[in-house]
Amino acid sequence: MPPKEPIWIVRDYLRCSGCRKCEIACSLFHEKRIWPEASRIRVFMLVPGAEVPHFCAQCEDYPCVASCSFSALSVDKETGAVLVDKEKCTACGNCIEACPGRVPHIHPRDNYAVICDLCGGEPQCAKVCQEGGWNALKVVDRGDGLYRIFSRKPEDITRELVINLYGEHGEEFL
Amino acid sequence: MRGYAGKFLEVDLSTEKVSEAKFRDSVLRQYIGGRGLATKILWDNLGGRWETIDPLGPENLLLVLTGPLTGFFPGGRICVSGKSPQSNGVIGSTIAGEFGIELKCAGWDGIIIMGKAEKPSYLFIFDSHVEIKDASHIWGKNGKQTLKTLTRKGRAELERRNPNYGVWKEPAAIYIGPAGENKVRVAAVLGKWTHAAGYGGYGAVMGSKNLKAVAVKGTGPLPEVYNIDKVSELIDYVSRKCYEDDGFRRHGTGGGGYYFGYKTSSEPVRNWQEEWHDQKSFGVDRFEQRVWTKKYWGDFGCPTTCLKIAMPRVGPFKGAITDNPDYELEAYLGANLGLFTPEENVYLASLIDDLGICGIQGGNVLGFAAELYQRGILTKKDLGGIELKWGDANAFAALAKKIAEREGIGDLLAEGTYRAAIKLTETKRKDVTQYAIQEKGVAIGAHGIRSGEDFAKETGYACSVQAGDHTSLANLPIRKHGELTTIFYDSGVYCFFNTFSLPRDLKWKFYEAVTGWKMTPDEWFDVKGLGILQLQRAMLLLGGPDHRWNPKVHDTNPPRFFEPLPSGPYTGKTVDKKEFEKSKKEYYRAVGWDKDGVPKSSVLKRLGLEEVDKVLKRKL
Repeated sequence: MPPKEPIWIVRDYLRCSGCRKCEIACSLFHEKRIWPEASRIRVFMLVPGAEVPHFCAQCEDYPCVASCSFSALSVDKETGAVLVDKEKCTACGNCIEACPGRVPHIHPRDNYAVICDLCGGEPQCAKVCQEGGWNALKVVDRGDGLYRIFSRKPEDITRELVINLYGEHGEEFL
Repeated sequence: MRGYAGKFLEVDLSTEKVSEAKFRDSVLRQYIGGRGLATKILWDNLGGRWETIDPLGPENLLLVLTGPLTGFFPGGRICVSGKSPQSNGVIGSTIAGEFGIELKCAGWDGIIIMGKAEKPSYLFIFDSHVEIKDASHIWGKNGKQTLKTLTRKGRAELERRNPNYGVWKEPAAIYIGPAGENKVRVAAVLGKWTHAAGYGGYGAVMGSKNLKAVAVKGTGPLPEVYNIDKVSELIDYVSRKCYEDDGFRRHGTGGGGYYFGYKTSSEPVRNWQEEWHDQKSFGVDRFEQRVWTKKYWGDFGCPTTCLKIAMPRVGPFKGAITDNPDYELEAYLGANLGLFTPEENVYLASLIDDLGICGIQGGNVLGFAAELYQRGILTKKDLGGIELKWGDANAFAALAKKIAEREGIGDLLAEGTYRAAIKLTETKRKDVTQYAIQEKGVAIGAHGIRSGEDFAKETGYACSVQAGDHTSLANLPIRKHGELTTIFYDSGVYCFFNTFSLPRDLKWKFYEAVTGWKMTPDEWFDVKGLGILQLQRAMLLLGGPDHRWNPKVHDTNPPRFFEPLPSGPYTGKTVDKKEFEKSKKEYYRAVGWDKDGVPKSSVLKRLGLEEVDKVLKRKL
């Protein structure tokens, strides 16, 4: 098998329908269950219509990996994804604090940090999003671009989306 | 038991007691969940004294139930039920959203709410933790304000209880607006901003219990299923079939605003005085181009995402937000009020959602009032100064607010079209019931039967156990177009909009893959589904306390549906009374009712419903 190229998932929140098929696909792939809170991608709806699929952006400097005191986090050289070693992870939350978007969360049953692993190179979330024609998530080649800027808190993303969607009325709903 | 969380939450708001209820496998196999199980719970708890139960009293139960297919079959819903303050029977009123998924992930298949809280309250559920909380800060607030507060407070509470989790998503919520608080019989239970369980009037039931909202967050997985690989495969299959129907995905039901008027002549126009129009300004393309801000909007697992978000950007109705509107609200808050612009329609739909009124029931009673104004029966003075002219969005908005607040004439109209018509007939000494386009207390969905071109047929409403509900039509033949299939959707509990292009037997396969329990069509149509139908019919006929239905009098269509259509390509067409009586008899026979419309003893006995037979014999 040829080596995999690093990839990235480009996101277009305004196209997100809120169908949450990404959560279903992700949890089926990783957990063999439909389990929204264990999904590596979580769709926030802090304001209706402003749905935000929230997941790792693979920052070029990987602050989460650097923050881990237990060497539980590493970077997959092939895909560029952050990998979590469940055995080593203590669920201390350092990676959540280090992440500019506070993306990781603690697995509700197994008590370790949950981070998108890009499904080993074939992200299931982007696949179902493309099948449905929504095009909110799409796999692209990872270049040498800046990715950290995409790692943002759902509240901050929502704050901008509501203005795009609802204009001057948007802020009333926050 | 697969597909179920395995337990139900019981909350007594009077005593603030919270407990757990379980149902035997045999009960779940028979009644499934949602509408079916609601019917069973209501019969077992209230059936013996049904006619004495005030739907708006503390004795009524409010049921919020999922089904085994909720979260698995694409397009999850929940079913809200109880004794209906509209029909005095049982209506299974479903609403889309993540609520059912969160509830199952929290470990609950449903919530059984009884009693009445001493002060405005809301229920907060976080996995096994259940709390009755003070709602005085959101009582009186409109829909958008309520949801905003529930989202903010809900997330803060989750953060407080588990600060190390990471960022918390919002809990899912259902709530009522001011109309529900004021026990307006046309009030809905709402979700998000625009989602409503409208039929039945369960917003008023929630209000009568002093219950403003229920918010839930579940961190567990959906329940184990019998065969997860098969379930995944079926989810993909259903999704692919839906993806092929791109026209419907693109326009949702919003294409209906012009189609059902111009093409099939079955859209309510000015309180059904006509059912035809050629208002191209009401075409879905105009909505899309002028007011849609989001073209595909949906709920958990939905491949169709038929909703769209609409908001006028300029003009007097700038900033009003709703979904498409969907066809029903285009019809009832548009054509039915003589309004034909997307902006006015969006404004009224947005307002009706915010007030917590059902768009169908509300639009029907507004149209009824406007026809009485047109005929000089209701005057400007009666209406508290409102000149209720067709096409005047501001006038209708003013009246809708009066209804939600039960102010002046609004107090009477808040009782819904049927009850208002009975009272006005007394006070005005003129029969105005002929202008009430309703069925057994429930306003009729926006699909007329006179042209014969729409999917509602002549017995559709007249014989339905959910009366005017256009999603539960008693059409013939019963296996193909009748209510029994709808009962399965509402009991499974999922959205039938994702089933249009599926083979009929797929639902049984899906049910088996989830539960591991086989279901044959005969088992459903001849036994289980039919049993639920008989129970619903029994409670509808027992009715009370304010109104009871005599099939000989009330199993009919509104008088207007027997008048000829006055305009359009089907001018002159109507429902022939003799033909209707013939179809009605045929329908009665098909579902096992005697010539008077009462479920036959032999049928009830065969279905194991001897108790029901005894009660009906004694009381009807």
